Amino acid sequence: MSTPRSDSPRRFATIVNGASLRWSDVPEWPVAAFVDATAAELDRGARLCAWFGVSEGAATRLVAVLAADAENTLSIGRSEPTSRAYPALTPRHAQAHLFEREVWEQHGLVPEGHPWLKPVRLDHGRGPAVGDFFRVEGHEVHEVAVGPVHAGIIEPGHFRFQCAGEEVLHLEIALGYQHRGVEESMAGGPGRAALVRVETIAGDSTIAHATAYASALESLSGPEPGAGEGAEAPMRAQWLRAVALELERLANHAGDLGALAGDIAFLPSSAAFGKIRGDFLNLTAMICGNRFGRGLVRPGGCRPDLELDTSLAAALLGRLRVAMAESAEAAAWLWSDSSVRERLEGTGAISREMAEEIGMVGPAVRACGIVRDVRFDHPAGWHRFAQTPVSVWPGGDVLARARVRWLEIQRSGAFLEEQLASPPEDELIAPLGPLAPYSIAVSLVEGWRGEVCHAALTDGAGLIRRYKIVDPSFHNWTGLALAMRGQAISDFPLCNKSFNLSYCGVDL
Amino acid sequence: MAELIRILQHRVRRGCETMAYPDGPAPPLPERHGGVLRLDAAKCAEGCDACVTVCPTEAIARPEGRPAALDLGRCVFCSACVGACPTGAITKSGDHRMAARARGDLLLGGPGEEEVRLAGELGATLRALLGRSLRLRQVSAGGCNGCEADTNVLGTIGWDLSRFGIQFVASPRHADGLLITGPVTRNMRAALEGAYTAVPDPKIVIAVGACAIAGGPFVGLPQVSDGAESVVPVDLFIPGCPPHPLTILDGLLRLVGRVK
Repeated sequence: MSTPRSDSPRRFATIVNGASLRWSDVPEWPVAAFVDATAAELDRGARLCAWFGVSEGAATRLVAVLAADAENTLSIGRSEPTSRAYPALTPRHAQAHLFEREVWEQHGLVPEGHPWLKPVRLDHGRGPAVGDFFRVEGHEVHEVAVGPVHAGIIEPGHFRFQCAGEEVLHLEIALGYQHRGVEESMAGGPGRAALVRVETIAGDSTIAHATAYASALESLSGPEPGAGEGAEAPMRAQWLRAVALELERLANHAGDLGALAGDIAFLPSSAAFGKIRGDFLNLTAMICGNRFGRGLVRPGGCRPDLELDTSLAAALLGRLRVAMAESAEAAAWLWSDSSVRERLEGTGAISREMAEEIGMVGPAVRACGIVRDVRFDHPAGWHRFAQTPVSVWPGGDVLARARVRWLEIQRSGAFLEEQLASPPEDELIAPLGPLAPYSIAVSLVEGWRGEVCHAALTDGAGLIRRYKIVDPSFHNWTGLALAMRGQAISDFPLCNKSFNLSYCGVDL
Repeated sequence: MAELIRILQHRVRRGCETMAYPDGPAPPLPERHGGVLRLDAAKCAEGCDACVTVCPTEAIARPEGRPAALDLGRCVFCSACVGACPTGAITKSGDHRMAARARGDLLLGGPGEEEVRLAGELGATLRALLGRSLRLRQVSAGGCNGCEADTNVLGTIGWDLSRFGIQFVASPRHADGLLITGPVTRNMRAALEGAYTAVPDPKIVIAVGACAIAGGPFVGLPQVSDGAESVVPVDLFIPGCPPHPLTILDGLLRLVGRVK
């Protein structure tokens, strides 16, 4: 713990999820003091949602977005412009490790004392996985390299295992193959293609990312721009976004339970959930025509011709109930089969302490018994009025991650039952005013993989100056690597499926 | 044991859950999907460019003094142009079929080219060589997991792609061709070229989705290649963002001559 210099502000600026504030109201510290102040907040129990650089001429400001989950608040702080190097946060708080590598890659700012500084996404003309991998030396130690192209229909990434026989001593995951430049392309916007790019940051999380983007822009526009009094979408649009978000969760969780069953050759549940996943996707398609919810959310509300009237709601409910009943049956087969339980139990375990230390989010952290869910901790949009209980399960293993998914399927189903019966009367979209100049907005959404964080900073003309995107996978890939320690390498597919993280969500 | 019997009873009760298509009718597209677009450029109002300015992926152009031209390969099917068109020149047909063998067959707007020119089957030599089997290696080169997911779904019990002899295999050396998704990122280019080289000749390439056909939402960004064709020759283009599974299946079946 350390205290910032007396001439600097003592604390970070506090906001709630989905709010904005003037850039000049974000407190700033000299860079070393800023790292100290951030470490102090993290010591107090805050969590790092985002850590990124903002260019100031040739120099860079560091920005930290922290979440105090118990207090339901977010806080923002920044450093004075700095260049070349600064004392790394990672040695004190491991959850910063990938963020600091990213800042180094994007801004050339060296985090001094970072234990494993290497690129996150860029290829330097040689392919992203080229570079130093941590190696275990020893007579019987061998290395296994997998990817970027994998055996199934799946995105590319590189996995480097250090093994002693079957046992994995260490796994290092190298991503970056999917880098499309989404974040960089947002500068100077919002442009015409911004929304479709946001929708495809991670294409299975379209609603989560589009909602985070739309909410950030909405809070930057409106009657009192930049003063925490931004506009918000009409209630009916917020309600529809919440409905679509749970449909997205249902489809992906059902798919994951099926994939887990498939990996352990338990075909009844694998076949059933494979079909049910499609049934849930088709519910989203009933609302907007697209199975992944493309085009449903837009800044200012939702697409106005996608009215969800009483008869459509009734049709949705009817099909939802069928899919929920089939899910219950397929899940019961899983839990009642002792060979399934035996295969999942104790596999790929992460301790609660480890999950806290590396800043995990989503079902993976709730499977370590930790209550952490944006819908509950930082309710915004429709979740201010309609909340879903947080689903936790102890153990941190593959079984716990599967169990949390099943609990969440049930809660999402109950949420939709309730919501589809009582839509609020309102418009679906309200025109978005110009964005406030020199302001920053932060928006968090609990996607099916966990916390989606978007931060939008505007320039003097009200255009996007810096747009920061943090997919939940950015927090969780380290969790998968740690879960593999001491496991048989043949358990990797099972552990990987139990996390089911996004490659393009990290690569952006 | 009791559980096993319950599972077997369930299977008997449900029977075969695979759709009748293509022998029976195709399942309907979601009502709000709208299917493939049609462009009657003759209906375009003088000097109107309402569709051009709303398209997020610059799929529509209207050169000075000429009618509008719509590139279905770039289209993400957001319907913005349909809503913006004052004369009803751009319409939704409701048809799921939109796969084409040549890139130019996806360009709409010219006289007699109001609709997509649908794909025909592979040449006789290749068809004879492949017999009743088509094995593909999937390569995601910047795909967002949308096209990947809706390709994967063809393996589930409702679609059961393997009944057509079409399978996705783990190694390019075991494959007759590649199915590519994503705009081809700079960072995946070498891996894609490697996978293509590893497929034995003669080989086919299928580009699935707006990204793989033309860069999709990422068209023009310096980190991507604007589609698979910039790296390897492409034999089949399946538009969409992502294409509906039925659209992908239709494309694959056209290629092997099961649907004409």
